[in-house]
Amino acid sequence: MEKLVIAGKEFASRLFLGTGKFNSNERMEEAILASGSEMVTVAMKRIDLDNRDDDMLAHIQHSHIQLLPNTSGVRNAEEAVFAAQMAREAFGTNWLKLEIHPDPRYLLPDPIETLKATEELVKAGFVVLPYCQADPVLCKRLEEAGAATVMPLGAPIGTNKGLQTREFLRIIIEQATVPVVVDAGIGAPSHAAEAMEMGASAVLVNTAIAVAGNPTEMARAFKLAVESGRMAYEAQLAASGFTAVASSPLTAFLND
Amino acid sequence: MKIQVNNKETEVPTGATVSLLAARFDLPDKGTAIAVNNRLVPHIRWDSYILVENDSVVIIKAACGG
Repeated sequence: MEKLVIAGKEFASRLFLGTGKFNSNERMEEAILASGSEMVTVAMKRIDLDNRDDDMLAHIQHSHIQLLPNTSGVRNAEEAVFAAQMAREAFGTNWLKLEIHPDPRYLLPDPIETLKATEELVKAGFVVLPYCQADPVLCKRLEEAGAATVMPLGAPIGTNKGLQTREFLRIIIEQATVPVVVDAGIGAPSHAAEAMEMGASAVLVNTAIAVAGNPTEMARAFKLAVESGRMAYEAQLAASGFTAVASSPLTAFLND
Repeated sequence: MKIQVNNKETEVPTGATVSLLAARFDLPDKGTAIAVNNRLVPHIRWDSYILVENDSVVIIKAACGG
């Protein structure tokens, strides 16, 4: 399988993992390791000075894993830039999953603020992976602004509805000159495989693994699905048709 | 003097630095960041950055999230 390259860095795995919603940090770590993922997201929160909980960071720091801090919780470009600076300082990386979704009901990304923030953060030296709508025009604009990837959604975050935006994802993939990472909405390994067969460069999965009955097994299932989908894409899928095309000779045995 | 730390009123000695605050809360070197009045104070400036009355300090750490 071809390796994924983002901002000059190679990744053997095309499965990115989110760290939210796991029952415990131990289960999360086990699932991350089972998934083979080399890119794992991390959020930020204010320290509770009266109640020091377990440090999740210790569970995701492995030499093969690129940390991808996110800006979840910000409402506009200005807050995103501040969050990015805090993340770079805290985690020692300039990689950033830019997400600006002010509306808590659907958590849909704000395209205008996302573009503005991408422009600023790229100038400030960040490797920006923006979470965005499956909007081909916006994705081109983000790319022109210097985004390292685009991360269009398949469906709203945490809905597990799969690739509801598939026709637009196809256009984005066809046009993109940076890797396309399908983020959000991927609820089953088959959804991930579909995205990879379409030519997505990678997928980012969180809820579907974290809340599965057995997150570690589900992580393995996603790993296989992503590899299978990518392999199929590289092997070039056969065209689909409306009428039957025989795959066995129809006349040679009975009639002649 | 009084300052706010993560929206909680906190008493610190006059002339306290960000380093002193970090030591008081036993913050690890990695995985945290501190901002004063919405501006990041990089680790290398913790020793020299002197807090003043009513400063609003935000201390963040890693959290689970997708």
